[in-house]
Amino acid sequence: MARSRRRPTCADSGGGRDRGRVLAEVDHGEVFGFLGPNGAGKTTMVRTLGTLLAPTSGAATVAGVPLTSENGVEIRRRIAIMPESPGLYLRLSVAENLACFADLYEVPDPHDRIGRVLRAVDLADRANDACGALSKGLRQRVALARALLSDPQLLFLDEPTAGLDPAAAREVLQLVTALSQRGVTIFLTTHRLEEAERLCDRVAILNTTLRTIGRPAELREQLFATTLTVRTLGALPEPGRVFAGLPAIDSWRQDGPATYVLAVSDQAVAAPAATRALVAAGAEVLSISQSHPSLEEVYLQLIGQDQEAGQG
Amino acid sequence: MRVRSRRVRAIVRKELGEYRHNGFIIWTMAIFPLIFLIQPLVVVFALPASASNQLEHGHLLLYMLGIPALVPAAVAADAVVGERQQGTLEPVLTTPIRRQELLLGKALAALVPSVAIAYAVYAVFLACVGLFAQPAVASALLQAPDLLAQLLFTPLLAGWSIWVGIAISTRASDFRVAQQLGILASLPTAVVAALIAFDVIHPTLGLAIALAAALLLGNRLGWRIMSATFDRERLITSTK
Repeated sequence: MARSRRRPTCADSGGGRDRGRVLAEVDHGEVFGFLGPNGAGKTTMVRTLGTLLAPTSGAATVAGVPLTSENGVEIRRRIAIMPESPGLYLRLSVAENLACFADLYEVPDPHDRIGRVLRAVDLADRANDACGALSKGLRQRVALARALLSDPQLLFLDEPTAGLDPAAAREVLQLVTALSQRGVTIFLTTHRLEEAERLCDRVAILNTTLRTIGRPAELREQLFATTLTVRTLGALPEPGRVFAGLPAIDSWRQDGPATYVLAVSDQAVAAPAATRALVAAGAEVLSISQSHPSLEEVYLQLIGQDQEAGQG
Repeated sequence: MRVRSRRVRAIVRKELGEYRHNGFIIWTMAIFPLIFLIQPLVVVFALPASASNQLEHGHLLLYMLGIPALVPAAVAADAVVGERQQGTLEPVLTTPIRRQELLLGKALAALVPSVAIAYAVYAVFLACVGLFAQPAVASALLQAPDLLAQLLFTPLLAGWSIWVGIAISTRASDFRVAQQLGILASLPTAVVAALIAFDVIHPTLGLAIALAAALLLGNRLGWRIMSATFDRERLITSTK
């Protein structure tokens, strides 16, 4: 589901498998987040684009190759998938695991390549350890090293931090950040919204169908009015008289004893006008700040809309 | 379709590496050969020299073809269901490997140790018979055609047994169940070997050629049929 401006990476229309219509392009070198609740079809989408599942409808181009059963080997040669579960051979060592996959990808000079990917995930000193003896976080790093062996054009990361403690999750995310800085195109599925917000250039929110797509900041702007939060020392006796009729202020509500949230259409106009009105009303202003809804709020609003529609 | 030998070798090496650390597989590889070695040795050592006339009409050595009939099926039963249970199948299937290459690698990995063990057991048996059995009994047992048949039929039987084991492994949801079913499904070939050994079915050159041709064909078809019916989608998504 992405197409590079320089070279197509992956594009899909018609719903990767049978998940309704999805239409998106992922640019070369982009980190593209795919968000959705459990059962939304994130893993199915990854498996379909990775040629593990046959699409039931629609068309897609993955890493510049049309997604057809005949092109399965060619597509898999150009991409790498890190599934949610690392799926390592626990009886074998880290190096043996990587050597097997280096041969499956027919990597030239596998010994050198294995050394490089182990250094990239900071595991060079654990090459001879049995994978079964590693912690969950380290196994995830081995799985990431395995995904990097073939130097893929497109890397699918399916819930890369699922089940990890915060420290291990942070290490994995740092590695993903480093990869994106090196220009690797990454397709990340997650339901951890803070990590999507931190890592992704753009996100798509999926709930069986594609609900929205865009940069996290754009989505916030599209779905939420900018708000100003006003805090005063004491409650305003007549806040309606203070805020009503001010330019660029669409509505207001009280959010606590002396806190007021103003929905504004133009912050540059609304903030000075509100300040003047508050001073004129004799209010003692503690702060006036702009509020940013988080990606989580965007997500919850969209999923909430779906649930309401389902109930309706 | 061209089979890439490097990918096949990768699977063989990986499987052999896993067998080395898998106690259950090692026991499986050891227990059947021991049974097939000890029981006939005890019988042969107890035989007096006068029994040699009777032995000349039988083909007791061929009884040991039960090893390549049973051991590989039990080992190959782990091939697919074992990976599914470990969660390692999906990462392998995301690589450019073709199903033909994957299955060939799995089959060869089961074939190599099975045939090596069978030949080793034959060697031990022959050495023990040569050294410790009555000379007349030893010369009645060690017939060149039987030895040749044993050498030739061991890989053929093992191959067939492996495809049976892999077929069960792709359908099973539990390794132990797959192993038991694999052994059960391979019993008929072991029984045929035993019937020939005890001269119930009289072995002739024509019969040997027909059986060898049938096994060769069966092995070739086994690979093709298993490759054609290897369903990535079901193996990844099905919980059964």
